[in-house]
Amino acid sequence: MNAETAILVAIVLPLAGALAIALAGRIGPNLRETMTLVTSAALIWVVWGMLPTLMADGRPAVTVGEVMPGLSIAFRVEPLGMLFAALASGLWLINSVYSIGYMRGNGEKHQTRFYVCFALALAATMGVAFAGNLFTLFLFYEALTLSTYPLVSHKGDAATVRSARVYLGILLSTSIGLFLPAIIWVYTAAGTGDFVLGGILEGKVAEPEVGLLLGLFVFGIAKAAVMPVHRWLPAAMVAPTPVSALLHAVAVVKAGVFTITKVIVYIFGVEFLFASPSSAWLMYPAAFTIIVASLVALRQTNIKRLLAYSTIAQLSYVVMAAAILKPHAEVGAAIHMVAHAFGKITLFFAAGAIYVASKKTEIYQLRGIGRRMPWTMAAFSIGALSMIGVPPTGGFVSKWYILAGAFEAENLVALFTIIASTVLNAAYFLPILYMAWFEREEADAKPHGEAPFAAVLALCVTALLTLGFFLFNGPVIELESQVVRGLT
Amino acid sequence: MLSAPLVVLLQPRGLAWAGATAAGLVSFAIAVALAMAVLGGETQTYAMGGWPAPYGIALAVDDFSALVLLLVTGAGAAALLAARPSVDKQIEEERQPLFYAAWLLGLAGLAGIVVSADAFNIFVFMEISSLASYILIAGGPDRRALPAVFKYLIMGTIGATFYLIGVGLVYMMTGTLNLADMQARIGDVVDLNPILVAAGFITIGLALKAAVFPLHVWLPNAYTHAPHMVTVFLAACATKVALYVLIRFDSMVFQDKLSDHVIQFAMFAMPLAVLGILVASAVAMFEGNLKRLLGTSSVAQIGYILLGASFVSQAGITAGAMHMFNHALAKGGLFLAVACLAYHYRDLRLSQLGGAAARMPWTCAALVLCGLSLIGVPGTAGFISKWLLITAALDAGPWGWTLVIVILVSSLMAVVYVWRIVETLYFQAPATEETGIVEAPLQLLLMTWLVALLNIAFGLAPAIPLTLAEGSAAALLGGMP
Repeated sequence: MNAETAILVAIVLPLAGALAIALAGRIGPNLRETMTLVTSAALIWVVWGMLPTLMADGRPAVTVGEVMPGLSIAFRVEPLGMLFAALASGLWLINSVYSIGYMRGNGEKHQTRFYVCFALALAATMGVAFAGNLFTLFLFYEALTLSTYPLVSHKGDAATVRSARVYLGILLSTSIGLFLPAIIWVYTAAGTGDFVLGGILEGKVAEPEVGLLLGLFVFGIAKAAVMPVHRWLPAAMVAPTPVSALLHAVAVVKAGVFTITKVIVYIFGVEFLFASPSSAWLMYPAAFTIIVASLVALRQTNIKRLLAYSTIAQLSYVVMAAAILKPHAEVGAAIHMVAHAFGKITLFFAAGAIYVASKKTEIYQLRGIGRRMPWTMAAFSIGALSMIGVPPTGGFVSKWYILAGAFEAENLVALFTIIASTVLNAAYFLPILYMAWFEREEADAKPHGEAPFAAVLALCVTALLTLGFFLFNGPVIELESQVVRGLT
Repeated sequence: MLSAPLVVLLQPRGLAWAGATAAGLVSFAIAVALAMAVLGGETQTYAMGGWPAPYGIALAVDDFSALVLLLVTGAGAAALLAARPSVDKQIEEERQPLFYAAWLLGLAGLAGIVVSADAFNIFVFMEISSLASYILIAGGPDRRALPAVFKYLIMGTIGATFYLIGVGLVYMMTGTLNLADMQARIGDVVDLNPILVAAGFITIGLALKAAVFPLHVWLPNAYTHAPHMVTVFLAACATKVALYVLIRFDSMVFQDKLSDHVIQFAMFAMPLAVLGILVASAVAMFEGNLKRLLGTSSVAQIGYILLGASFVSQAGITAGAMHMFNHALAKGGLFLAVACLAYHYRDLRLSQLGGAAARMPWTCAALVLCGLSLIGVPGTAGFISKWLLITAALDAGPWGWTLVIVILVSSLMAVVYVWRIVETLYFQAPATEETGIVEAPLQLLLMTWLVALLNIAFGLAPAIPLTLAEGSAAALLGGMP
């Protein structure tokens, strides 16, 4: 299979998988789960098969059709999208294993709908990752929002529906109200929306308006959860934990920061943006979000909500890194997506495993849980250390690159923010670790063991990936360095 | 095509539906053939009775009329195809032949308006279609339809009279009723004041018929209480035909000859369009009855079409014409889904429809698809027209941004009212304990899904309507300086 076909297959495969899962759901849960696993494994084979082409500087592209003159559905794989797709497809398989353990362990209803929507969301994610122009990206961006709505509202009770309404309301209104006009503006000004290295807007948009356009993009792409458009992410925590783990720590939120990075690199162009003083503001809301979200996380008592606010802060790391506009920082932005994904999915898996095994959702309930669930809590600890950025975890690598970029740009705001947030991260994660490992649980506690094997297996794998990324990050950095080659 | 309804009047009752559907399909086929011919670059004209154009009664089809004709006959045929189960339930058997006859008369009237090249003939067809639609709306079992129809009758008649006065004035000054001839001769008229008055009468009269805000008060009631299939048909095309005449008359006959008329038209239409979009969307957000909610949303959508036309630019009229087509798809699909729901639910208030998705999953899924198209989510037909409208607004000058904001705000309002429906259908607990509510009849459901899928198809490949819409814009602006 050549790379051009692989792009289309990568998008159609999860769709076909969704259909197969829906049909298999009528026969029995075992066949349905087999379908999910087969589809996700096949997707990995297809997506990762493109890696050699990309490493050799190939840029496979395919145009599906023209909707209106100048407006086409086209795909083009480049290093950022490749990394995002490889990450999402790889974690989908692990997450599916975990889902099976979680959903069965919890006896959830409507499991067929759950797996079908999951596959649809992955198809949309692949579309976002491989989009060759803004229009195609927007198409799949909205598809991702809509396909995850049934997952967020999975439980179906009044509180869940209310949260899902917040989720959909913020994501749809920002994308229609800000992102869409920004896209149309780009098409009107430049006559095209294709992603071109170096940008397409130089000389097309006048100076003070560049900042405004950037603002429409950054706040229109609410999936990146830069404050004040972050509220959907805590709201989305009402979803079953596998959804929070893969979609709201990896696929959906990364689609947001990925889109922002892509817009900065391929629509504005790093050098053009660096030369436009009116765009320098982007640093500040990102820095603000990092600090404030960390402070809010300090006050959370619910594990999943704490993780959600931590995600908000970590996402703004990526936005801030991209906004530093220096080669090291752009690479740092890309690898932080990976490092954070490994760490955060581990944390969510652990939170879900705790819920399945013991129905505990609050932090104060975690006293002494390390002795009952050693594997889960070991993984949780590794994820937490990666969030703080302690070696030997993946979080250290990306922080290193972002700091290098900040030094290069002599950007004191960024330096200060990174240091302050590291302290804050330690302040909200370390007490949990202490509680879990060193305190005694209450005398009247109900005994429980580990979560189902599938769930524990999945979270151990992601914890190992978090550690492994510290040592074996060479190919990723090499791939992403292609983006910034030639920049000073 | 126009004589078809007379044949059906004679049909025995069991065959009435089959006959009407056949006639509907034939007229749709003719419309497709005409559209193909127009796409091939020719304008079809036909002189009735063999009299040449300026004197006899002429019919003409260009891009714009081909597009609207496609819409009218398509909606008519689709609604008729799906109609049987729903109509069987709502109309007594012995009145069915009359009902279908009125339907075909309405269809013929609307199609006649579109193909006429003659101002007075448009009036005649308008009366035919109006009278037929009064009968159709009042024909259902819902007694509340009668006051609604009475309101519609009064306002419709006023509209038609205004139109006739205007046409009379123009005839007095130019001595012709043929539109093309009128356009040519109006330049020779010395005293332009009567023409200006005529323009006013015609615009107001047609705006009444088209339910342009604030002349729309007849519409929500009429749509709500009409038999469900009639709502499908009328919502998809009736008001659009009046808008078609409005746009055609104004740009062909008046705009290039009356100095400053372009500005007058824009100044008249744009604020009304903007107000209509915002107010009607806001009202729809708080509406409790499903059919009335969708009817109110139609008033807002008519605002979009008028807004596009009021730019008086190539991009603007293209956007308006496209939205006619796309909105007919979305709203037709929605009302078809409503008809499916109504097959089992007697009371269409949102509070009564809770949990319907569990009982009628296919219907509700189609409703969601069409709802997404109404919002304008990318990949659906609604997105195309919204994209075109925003592009046109950006081209329209410094105040274009304000209009972009209006369009976006109202899209968000559409999200709100569509999502109210979705949450009700999917998450609310059932209000009644009625059991035995199952999926709607296959015939109804298939057509609903066909239209829903067309929403997607024309969202991804809008080439055919787009070419026609661009052609219409070029033709309408052709006479402009």
